[in-house]
Amino acid sequence: MRNKDRLAVLGAGHVGPVIARLAIAAGYPVAIATSGDPDDIALITELVIPGARPRWAGDAIADADIVVLAIPLHRFAELDPGRLAGKIVVDAMNYWPASDGVLTAFEDGGASSRGSSEIVARRLAGSAVVKALNHIGYHELEDRARPAGAPDRRAAGLAGDDPAAVAAVAELTSRLGYDPVRLGGLRAGRVLQPGGPVFGQVLTLPEFERAVHEEARSLR
Amino acid sequence: MTLTYAFGLDTFGDREGGADGTPLSHAQTIRNVVEEGVFAEQSGVDFFGIGEHHTDYFPMPAGDVALAAIAARTEKIRLGSAVTVLSSDDPVRVFQRYSTLDAISGGRAEVILGRGSSIESFPLFGYDLADYEDLFDEKATLFAELLKGGPVTWEGKTRAALLDQDVVPHLESGPFPAWIGVGGNPQSVIRAARLGFSLALAIIGGPPSRFAAYSELFRRALEKFGQPPRPVLVHSPGHVAPTDEQAKAEFWPRWRQVIALVAEERGFVIPTEASFDAEAGPDGALYVGSPETVANKIAANVRALGATRFDLKYGLPGLTHDQLMTTVELYGREVIPRVRELLG
Repeated sequence: MRNKDRLAVLGAGHVGPVIARLAIAAGYPVAIATSGDPDDIALITELVIPGARPRWAGDAIADADIVVLAIPLHRFAELDPGRLAGKIVVDAMNYWPASDGVLTAFEDGGASSRGSSEIVARRLAGSAVVKALNHIGYHELEDRARPAGAPDRRAAGLAGDDPAAVAAVAELTSRLGYDPVRLGGLRAGRVLQPGGPVFGQVLTLPEFERAVHEEARSLR
Repeated sequence: MTLTYAFGLDTFGDREGGADGTPLSHAQTIRNVVEEGVFAEQSGVDFFGIGEHHTDYFPMPAGDVALAAIAARTEKIRLGSAVTVLSSDDPVRVFQRYSTLDAISGGRAEVILGRGSSIESFPLFGYDLADYEDLFDEKATLFAELLKGGPVTWEGKTRAALLDQDVVPHLESGPFPAWIGVGGNPQSVIRAARLGFSLALAIIGGPPSRFAAYSELFRRALEKFGQPPRPVLVHSPGHVAPTDEQAKAEFWPRWRQVIALVAEERGFVIPTEASFDAEAGPDGALYVGSPETVANKIAANVRALGATRFDLKYGLPGLTHDQLMTTVELYGREVIPRVRELLG
């Protein structure tokens, strides 16, 4: 068991506080950070994410085992890859041009031909990037979380190239409230993206596996 | 302390259907919205809001013009945007349009600034969605300055600088109510408090009670920034008919249709009948039912969220003018008095 994994959640918008709350409920020590002064999110932390610790991003990352990226993707370029080196990085971000605008860096080779997490991982070459917690809407992510074994527990997919990092994030996913489905390497994480078969869906394990399987077959 | 509650209706100019199911023209839909606004006052509704949209199914890009037509035919009802997509507009022009509405209506204008679910105005007016946050932050800051009245000096990246600029028409009786619409980002709540706006919570899915922390966050943030207390508004979709069964029969097929339409652009999940029933039930975000059902739910959530205003977003593409006039009438004559009674 990796009971002592410490989390740094980057981003205090829609998604970050939800993941932070679920992680606190699951017993993880959680620091939360934005690009600015932790004082700016002290009230948010106290009232919306009780139990989390607001910190400077650099400090939160330095002390963390797992760093969750829950920032708008267009701010990703501002992150310093050096600071994230050696960390497990959960990429919970999405490239969703219809909603957030077109980002040249993520149009690389055409939006559909490459996964956004592969582009994230290329920039974070010193980190073990795992795509996870991105495909369930932030409202649902909180409302539908259930403990392991609950009859109405749902599934959440993850993908990454580093087996140890994938194991840690699978455990995180499970403890947050979802049956983790390991899809394979980061490339396989493309099925979790906007437009993919499970994006925006909250599915049971068999439903999830069927949806992903049908997608794989249709691509053959 | 006795709280003063207010209850409004909002529309996006949802393109109405004819009796035979064919869509009415954009022009006829706009004329019908004006009639509904006038009828809202006659039915006892406190506020009528029009949301900015630029699509074939919500043909309502210039709601302020329709609001002016309603203003000319009413005496008491407050009139405003719900919402104005400030990021793709010029704050000076927004201020001028709504201060003109304030003049025409004798001080009844309001604005809710935000984005709503509206993204189509960005490419239409040449803005990049990726700049959304920066645009909104800067423009809301300027709008707060404009509301104070008097000459404005301002400099930023999103429009021409202003140097001791007199912006007309002058406000006759001080700033009109201005809200920032928030959909679930706590940093937007902090921004509303910091800039001195009131808080409009747009709750369109899931249990409304989860937003209670946002009301408290807003209250505490106002204190922190040395701002006076300001009200919290809740905006949610719904439909009122004589019975629960009729309300669902009219609303649900249209709801599925419009979400399916938007889902293609936005990646929304298409609702099932079971998910709809959950949203229309006591713990969901939709107010669909008889006057008694809707009133009970409004009263419970207004209380839980510490709000003093509730705006029902009524109408959906394809609903008929008659169906909407019934919603307006039942909401004004039965729902609002019942909610007031329940809130004591």
